[in-house]
Parts: sequence; structure tokens; C-alpha cells
Amino acid sequence: MLDGAVQARWRMRLTLSLLLAPALLWLGALIILPHADLAVLSFRERVAPRHYVPSLAQYKTFFLEPLYWQVFVHTAVMSAIATLMTLLLAFPIAWIIAKLARGRAASLLFIVCLIPFWVSETVRTLGWMILLRESGVLPALLVKLHITDVPVELLYRNATVFVGLVYTSLLFMVVPLVSSLESLDNSLIEAAYDMGAGGFAALRTIVIPHAAPGITAGCIVVFMLTLGNYLTPTLLGGKNSQWFTEQIYAQFITRFNWEQGAAFGFLLLGLSTAMVVLGLRLSGQRFGDVMRRT
Amino acid sequence: MIPSLPRAPWLRIATAGYLLAFLGFLFLPLVVVAVFAFNDAPYPAPPWHGFTLDWFLGNAQKGRTGLFADSEMLAGLGTSCIVALWVTVLSALLGTTNAFLLERARFRGKQTLSVLMLSPLVIPGVILGISILAFASRIADFADDIFGLDLDFLRPGLPLVVLGQCSYIVTIATLTISARLRRFDATLEEAALNLGASKAAVFRTILLPYLRPALLGSSAISFLMSFADFNTTLMLVGADPPLTVMMYARMREGATPVLNAVSLFLMAASAVLALTLLRRSAGREAAAAAAA
Repeated sequence: MLDGAVQARWRMRLTLSLLLAPALLWLGALIILPHADLAVLSFRERVAPRHYVPSLAQYKTFFLEPLYWQVFVHTAVMSAIATLMTLLLAFPIAWIIAKLARGRAASLLFIVCLIPFWVSETVRTLGWMILLRESGVLPALLVKLHITDVPVELLYRNATVFVGLVYTSLLFMVVPLVSSLESLDNSLIEAAYDMGAGGFAALRTIVIPHAAPGITAGCIVVFMLTLGNYLTPTLLGGKNSQWFTEQIYAQFITRFNWEQGAAFGFLLLGLSTAMVVLGLRLSGQRFGDVMRRT
Repeated sequence: MIPSLPRAPWLRIATAGYLLAFLGFLFLPLVVVAVFAFNDAPYPAPPWHGFTLDWFLGNAQKGRTGLFADSEMLAGLGTSCIVALWVTVLSALLGTTNAFLLERARFRGKQTLSVLMLSPLVIPGVILGISILAFASRIADFADDIFGLDLDFLRPGLPLVVLGQCSYIVTIATLTISARLRRFDATLEEAALNLGASKAAVFRTILLPYLRPALLGSSAISFLMSFADFNTTLMLVGADPPLTVMMYARMREGATPVLNAVSLFLMAASAVLALTLLRRSAGREAAAAAAA
């Protein structure tokens, strides 16, 4: 009898370790150790070929070289604005899907909104390039409508980068917004009206507090993706897009200065993590719940 | 604001207008990509010069390289497929073991582990890429220095691309599969065990069929995400670039409408995949509704 119990316990242990092994291998080899290694890399300096000493030189370069921190700040500010624009654009659509459309129409509309995101960002960016470049569709249309005399270059502007970033991020905002708005009881809004609240007051006091978890989840994910985007800023913004991921790429791949690239990577990771933590604190949510929403 | 409350006519019109403008914004880029795949001109730009299939079927004799004659592009497509298959299989396997670990096992530190499993979703892809690149190179250098081993698969190339994409796609597979496992009715399993089925038999005949929709769904998502991944791949790519990286390089140069042709091909492929998946789940729900 005792033997059986011992055997059963051993079997449980064996199952547990068999299940744990792949998870630990994945997280250890692909997430934890590489990031620890990146940290080590960023805190050292090459003094001679194959000889390194611990130092803060890489971070010092970042703060002393105006180009680097200016690009960093530029990226952060642009990402924040793009996140806000995505929220403003996506909210009415999420409202229509969750509250105004009914039954089949609502689910159809939801699916239609998801379709563009089944194709890769490369394809979508190609579309914007064909639309916006000097020889493209919209400049030709503007000439035809006599709004401009000659085709204007619409690419390589900050506004263009915004269009691309917002477009790419919409899905990640619409989905959490719809799920948080769907759970809002309509009778609460009716009650607000009955008590004399206008549309804006109801939005501010009822809808937004209820949708806050969805708004936070969407904003966190969109900000993180925008900050880490490389394709859209380089293709739509061209040489003057000044996105921080380009600096990381340049240090790592073009200049082969891995120490500097690692420091840049860590700074970007720090900013993105800080925003995630801040978002969670502000809305008083747990990380796991937010991620499951999206 | 909601249907049960009176809405001013201008608000109704504004809502409809907004919806139309939004859908236009969503589909305009895709429509131009598709349309200019058939334009009889060397660049994907207006004006319209007439319909042609050259950008699909063209070959050296016609003086235009169409998609099916563009060996570089086809190789990229093949590479992407191979990478995506590996990522799909690995994520499905890891996603399943992780789901059982999170939903069934009890151990200390489970909470920490489950948060850690979600973390790849909030790490920018570029950083996942460079950290794995640096770490793999360090191991390869170490093996070379100490043992004189030449570990080629740890240098930039397809094996690293597969690992890099897996680093975050596994999280998505884990979430999808464990969400379904959580809703499993444990009494079914108990009944089977009471009737004398072995644990392996229960897994094969009850749990696996139950998890099938989640496995199929997460596989489709993994495949598409791997195919679309750019940030992580760019950092880890070696001599044979997958399709997205190749398309990016050509877009910078200003390419012919072959790019539109391959994009249209991708759109069609993902549409087929999406529709099959939707039909499957819709059919299942309809069957469930009819049974109830």
C-alpha cells in the first residue's frame, strides 16, 4: 500500500518535471538568459581586441550624444501620440460593434475589421506607399481635382508615419475595447439619461470607467508595438523618420557595435516596461488579466 | 448612444459616415495593392495602362519577370513556409505542455512562471531578436574557443529565425490552448478513468479531440504570425531571407508590380485560411445550438 503511494508520488513528480522541462527550456534559453546576456553586453567596454572591462560607457554615449537621446525622445513622443490617435479612432468603431450593431451584423462587422490584419504589415505598408508616394494614387488624384498643380510627395513626413502606425495598431485597440464595452449593461446608460445626464456626462461617468481595463490593455499593447516598430517608420518615414529601432539595427547589424546596440536595446525595453507598469498601476490591474484580454 | 435611446438624425448620419470612412481607410491600401498587380506598367503607380497578367506569368521572353518566374521571390516564399511550419509545430507542442502545466499541475512558483510566460508579449520584437542573436553568438564563440566546435546553427540563419519567432509565438499558443483546457469538464475524464481507461487512452480519446479546435486555431495563428513576422526575423536572418525581409529590401529599392502579385497571393492564402477556420467554428457553434 505504502509502495503504491510512493510510486504515485514519484509518477506525479515525473509528470511535473516532464511538463516543466519544455517551459523552462523555452523561457530560459530564449527569454531570460538572452536578456541577461544583453545586460552584461551593455555594461562592458572593449579596451583591446577580445578584451573587455565593465563600464557605463555605452550609456554615457547615449546621454552625451544629442542625436541618440533626441531620437529616443522623438520615438517615445510619436508613439504616445500614435497610441492616443489609435484610441480615438478605434473607440467609435468598438462602440458601433458592441452597442449599435446587433447579432449577425455586429459579428460580421467585427470580422470585417479584423480582415486586414490577416495579411502582413509588409503588404499593408506597400499599399500605403503606392497610395502616398509622389507618383502614387493620392497625389495624382489631388492634381486631377485641381487641389495641387503638381504631384506632391506625401511619403517621408511625420504625418505619414502616424497614418501607418495607427493603421497597423487598430486591431490591437479594437479587440480589447469591444470586449470591455460588450460587458457594459445598457440599462446603466439608460439610467444615466433618465437622471438627466447628457451623452458626454454618461460617457465620462459610466462608459469610460467601465471600459478602463480594455482601454489600458489596448493602449499598453499599441504603445509597445509602436515603440518597437521598424518597418513602418523606415518605409513611410524614410531617412528622416528617426525611429529608435533603426539606431539599434544600425549599431547591431551595420556597425557591429554590439555593446552600444545592447545598451540602446535595454533603454527601449526599459521605456516600454515602464509604460506597461505605469498603465497597470493607473488602472489598478494585474498583468495577467490584461494580457488575456488582448 | 444606444439603440433604446432616442438618437438625433445627424448622429445617425454621422455614425454611418464614420463607419464608411473607417472601412475605406481599412481596405484602401489592400485594394490598391491588389489592383496594381494587374497594371500593364513597369511600376505599381497610376495611370492605369490596361490589364495584364505579366506580373504573375511573365518570363524572360516577355521581358518582364512575373511572380512564377522570379526564382528569388519563390525561394523566399519557400523559406517562409519552412520557417512557419517549424514554428507552428514547436508552438503547438510547447503550447500544449504549457497549458497542462498551468491548468493541471500544482507547484511552487506557478504564479511567477505564468507571468513570465506572458512577458514575451511586452518585449519589442527587435529586442527579442538582438538578445537571442547576442546570446547564440556567445554560446557559439564559447564552443569554438573551448572545444573547437563549429556550431553553425547558432549563427544568423533559419534555425535562429525559427527560435526567435518561437520565443513569443509560444506564448500565444499557450494562451489559446490553456483557455480551452480551462473550460474542460473534468467529470468526463473521471468517468473514463472509472470505466478503466488508462491515462494515455483518456488523453488520446477525450482530451486531444476536445483540444482539437484550439490546436487548429493556434496553429493557424502561429503560421500566420510567423509568416508576417518582420522585427525579430530581420535581426536573425542569414543568407536566405524569408519573404517579408525580401519584400522589405525590394520595397526600399522601388520594385516592379511583382511585389503586388506576391502580396495578392498572400492575401488570397490568408483569406482561405481565415474562412476555413471561421466556417469550422461557425459550423461547430451552429451544431451546438441545434443540439441545445
